[in-house]
Amino acid sequence: MKIPLKWLQEYIGITLTPADLANRLTMAGTEVKGMQDIGGSWANIVVGQITAINPHPNADRLSLATVDLGTEQQTVVTGAPNLKVGDKVAFAYVRAQLVDGHSGRLFRLKSAKIRGVVSNGMVCSEKELGISDNHEEIIVLPMGVEVGASIADYLGDVILDLDITPNRPDCLSVIGIAKEVTALTGQGLDLPEVSYEESISPIDQQISVEIAAPDLCPRYCASLITGVKIAESPKWMQQRLLACGMRPISNIVDITNYVMLEYGQPLHAFDYHQIRGKRIIVRRATDGEAIVTLDGIERTLSEYMLVIADEEGAVAIAGVMGGAGSEVGEETTSILLESANFNPASIHYTGRTLRLPSEACMRFERGIRPELTLPALKHATQLIIQIAGGQAARGLADEYPGKLEQKPILLSTSQVERLLGIEFSLDQIVSVLTSLGFDCKIRESEVWATPPYWRSDIHQAVDLIEEVARIIGYDKIPTTMLSQPLPRPDPDSIIRLKQKTRCSLVGYGFQEVITYSLTSLEMLNRLLPEPHPLEPMPLRVANPMTADQEYLRPNLRANLLAALCANRRHEDGGIKLFELGRIYLPRQKDLPEEPEMLCGILSGDRLEKSWQGGDELLTFFDAKGVMEGLLNRLGVEASFEQGSEESLHPNKQAALVIAGNRLGVVGELHPKVSQAFEIGETVCLFEINLTALLSLTIGHKIFQPIPKFPSIVRDLAIVVDAEITHQEVQNIIKGYPLVVQVALFDVYSGEQVPPGKKSLAYRITFQSPTHTLTDEEVNRVQQQILSKLTSEFSATLRG
Amino acid sequence: MSARKNLQSSLGTRFIVPSFEFALTPLLLIAYNFKTPMIKQLEEIESSALQELGSIDNIKQLESWQVRYLGKKSQLTKILRSLATLSLDKRKTVGAYANEVKGNLENRLEQKRQVLREVELAASARREDIDITLPGRPFPVGHLHPITQTLYEICDIFVSMGFQVVEGPEVEWDYYNFEALNIPKEHPARDTMSTSWIDSGTEGGERPMLLRTHTTSVSARIIETMHPPIRVVEPGKVYRYEASDATHTPMFYQIDGLAVDKGITMADLKGTLYEFSRRFFGEDRKVRFRCDYFPFVEPGIEMAIECLVCNGKGCRLCGNSGWIEILGAGMTHPQVLQCGGIDPEVYQSFAFGIGIERLPMLRYGIDDIRLFYGSDLRFLRQF
Ligand SMILES: [Zn+2]
Repeated sequence: MKIPLKWLQEYIGITLTPADLANRLTMAGTEVKGMQDIGGSWANIVVGQITAINPHPNADRLSLATVDLGTEQQTVVTGAPNLKVGDKVAFAYVRAQLVDGHSGRLFRLKSAKIRGVVSNGMVCSEKELGISDNHEEIIVLPMGVEVGASIADYLGDVILDLDITPNRPDCLSVIGIAKEVTALTGQGLDLPEVSYEESISPIDQQISVEIAAPDLCPRYCASLITGVKIAESPKWMQQRLLACGMRPISNIVDITNYVMLEYGQPLHAFDYHQIRGKRIIVRRATDGEAIVTLDGIERTLSEYMLVIADEEGAVAIAGVMGGAGSEVGEETTSILLESANFNPASIHYTGRTLRLPSEACMRFERGIRPELTLPALKHATQLIIQIAGGQAARGLADEYPGKLEQKPILLSTSQVERLLGIEFSLDQIVSVLTSLGFDCKIRESEVWATPPYWRSDIHQAVDLIEEVARIIGYDKIPTTMLSQPLPRPDPDSIIRLKQKTRCSLVGYGFQEVITYSLTSLEMLNRLLPEPHPLEPMPLRVANPMTADQEYLRPNLRANLLAALCANRRHEDGGIKLFELGRIYLPRQKDLPEEPEMLCGILSGDRLEKSWQGGDELLTFFDAKGVMEGLLNRLGVEASFEQGSEESLHPNKQAALVIAGNRLGVVGELHPKVSQAFEIGETVCLFEINLTALLSLTIGHKIFQPIPKFPSIVRDLAIVVDAEITHQEVQNIIKGYPLVVQVALFDVYSGEQVPPGKKSLAYRITFQSPTHTLTDEEVNRVQQQILSKLTSEFSATLRG
Repeated sequence: MSARKNLQSSLGTRFIVPSFEFALTPLLLIAYNFKTPMIKQLEEIESSALQELGSIDNIKQLESWQVRYLGKKSQLTKILRSLATLSLDKRKTVGAYANEVKGNLENRLEQKRQVLREVELAASARREDIDITLPGRPFPVGHLHPITQTLYEICDIFVSMGFQVVEGPEVEWDYYNFEALNIPKEHPARDTMSTSWIDSGTEGGERPMLLRTHTTSVSARIIETMHPPIRVVEPGKVYRYEASDATHTPMFYQIDGLAVDKGITMADLKGTLYEFSRRFFGEDRKVRFRCDYFPFVEPGIEMAIECLVCNGKGCRLCGNSGWIEILGAGMTHPQVLQCGGIDPEVYQSFAFGIGIERLPMLRYGIDDIRLFYGSDLRFLRQF
């Protein structure tokens, strides 16, 4: 909402500087997000009076104007067509800063020779001063202005650009802001006196108003003015509308807009002669009912929308836009002026559904008070008579089925103190509320405060407390720390698990990324080596902004692979990325499941390129190593079994099994999937469902005493069939007493072992908690292990 | 160097003024007087040993010197062994003299060894000189995402003030995102939070599902499920139906906070937020609390800090106001408490909500919010 300061000053004296005023308003809840100083750059532009006009000796279309500037006279060359001797004009001396009439750019006025005549200065148009686009005519000032005075005193202004919060529709008006300023500064308010002559037969003989949907229209008022003449509105009104960001149209329309800006009450003018049957019916639209609106577009309505209708059909969409059929035009002579109150939710729905946001709509949907209708209607009627001529019918139409009185609210000083943490006296409280227009009845330490008729946002005591706090100032409220006892501490939570996990991965050299939760089917389908429909279908957004953000991701892989591909364009070497975030798994008639997933991908060089060499590539076993390291840190016992995910390489993947549940996967990406993501290298990936893992990470760790007796280490190299897995062998070795650690340190298949066989070499640590082991004890166990391996897997000692 | 100097001076003493030293040793005077062949031999051994020692310049030579003069087969050892065959008198004088020589040689050997070690060390240090400007062997370094870092930093601040970190669903019922927060259908506040709705497949959507537009939805759930005293912060992703540009992304992060207990006041809210600002933005950063409107609080607050670029003078970043809006807050609306089953007559509550992206953008001067979610390593590695 834009408020010209001069307009505001019509209602209230302001002694603060514009900057101070802006600050006070901002602190109290009406944010001034900008200030435009019109005339701030008008140094060297003064009021002059034309004393003579003579033809230019060398040009027919130019003339020489002599201008009295009070202390001196100047003769300048001008091409303006509307000059008369005696006119008071805006005269710019050389060096004044002006807007170029053609290019629109700022320039500094210089002395110039025009067709042989030197011109030291210039008479200005509105465009040259930056007020409007009018460049044809020069500005003619009212006769009352003083010759020689600065032009900024007359045409300058400061426009405040306000951000009005949705709860304060009353502040979407100059008078509403004036009332705020009254409360903030204590300056008295001086509202316009409204009176006009009602000279023709009573309105109820000329129009009838019926409200058929009182739930959507609490009040409908109207006046009738006949014999008006449609023309341009006066300059001062046009200028104010422009300053507020509205386009002048005609005197009648401009008056309705002007009064809306003044009071905050939208008005609508109908061409009275177009109202068929001389009846106004406020009713719900019928489903499918159509109306051509002012903008010439036919709109289809629904029963949730409200229309203003005459005997034959809708003439306007209530509160949103008028109909083309009843529009005020050049031929209009009689005006039916509507000032009504509509249900905010209904207007919001209609404006939103029809995509017709408007100044009127914005005020109705925020819930203005029905009491506002009459003062606005009366002032607008008065202005129409003054400006467009005509005569008003006696009386006003006023249907008010939704009358809702403002109720008094009880407030005590202790309530204020309890909420704000500071004591204010009843006097302070009452004085704030009174300054805001509340009617206050004091009873001991309490006050019954009735909100003023224009406030629709005050319903209970806390609302009054906010009024007190914001007018006195939030900076008067002390700052204290919470002093209540601390809530119970939180148990082991997913929050901590996530933090541990993130820190571990960063320690392993992974870079964390965060990607959008929304993705596309096309992206998800790239994860399928053979195309098939996704099962289950991921959740879809009903109103996607773009096609690539239509579905909620059911995994983190697709985005990570896309990130890898994008980074490959500028990154050599190893790339290790992880994301820890939610995936969204649909459930029947319920919110989706949102497990926290960890997904990491690795690709390229294992080590950073270095002068000390190292050019191994990252493999499946790096991915698995990261998983094992992480699980170790989390204190989780896990095993791996053959995996079966379609997106991964059929032979190079393993499922992570914890306490019998598959909670994750590690593997090399399926070559076709890599190809689909345009990745031309081996990519390994791991995934863990942290939400499922959480319950398994909780549990106390139990201290194991540090061994008192020395250990004995033995190496054991065996040759087994290639199909025998390390895990099978290890499980057997680990099963023996005294064995405390088994480490695989070599795997070999090749010339040195028979075809179809491989060699596995283990370092086994033997230790007893009760005594120092002897070689004989260890030899015995080692022999037992070997026999068992021989009987189970036909293992032989590697010679 | 200083060790060598010491040695030189001690050698000098011995050779340059022998008479002075001998004069003080009655035992040696006797030896002089009765210069037996053995004493003479010992004198020769000592003088040749010392002479040789002076020209030795490495440990190897020193070791062979040791073998030659002090070893089992050395002349000195032989003399010492033969003492037993001498007469008591002779044994005394020769024995004393031989031990004197042996002791002296051993001392000098140790001194020389020390010197040679120093020299050796200096030489080896010269040999093993490295180019310390060569890069270190790389250890892999990962970085937490700047948003994660910011969230952790904020959570830490509030945890230290007794708040717990909690989370809630991102796909949410209309009820918790709006209705329970005093934002009924067709409320104009909904317009400021353009919503992405979930296609739930059900006709009319009698229970509409959406992507939460703020983390305040978690507060609505906490009020419903937890019992006071409550102090929580609720970090997480939120979504808006908005096109991307340098200052907007359809997904971003917020952290909401909620405290419910008896006797909580707006002064406590100001204190808590002031403390947050002090720790996050620094002690000297000015803070401003002004009235603002959010449907779920009353009174409502906006907290701004003095602009980080212009320090309050006014610049492009702060829209010439000198202030940068950081968060919205207020005393939880009684309606919201009531809706969740907490009696507003008994309990008071405050709430606040902070947008996250803005903070690292201000701190690091990042000018495009989309960089956070673009996964570009050249960006992410900077933090
Ligand atoms: Zn600034």
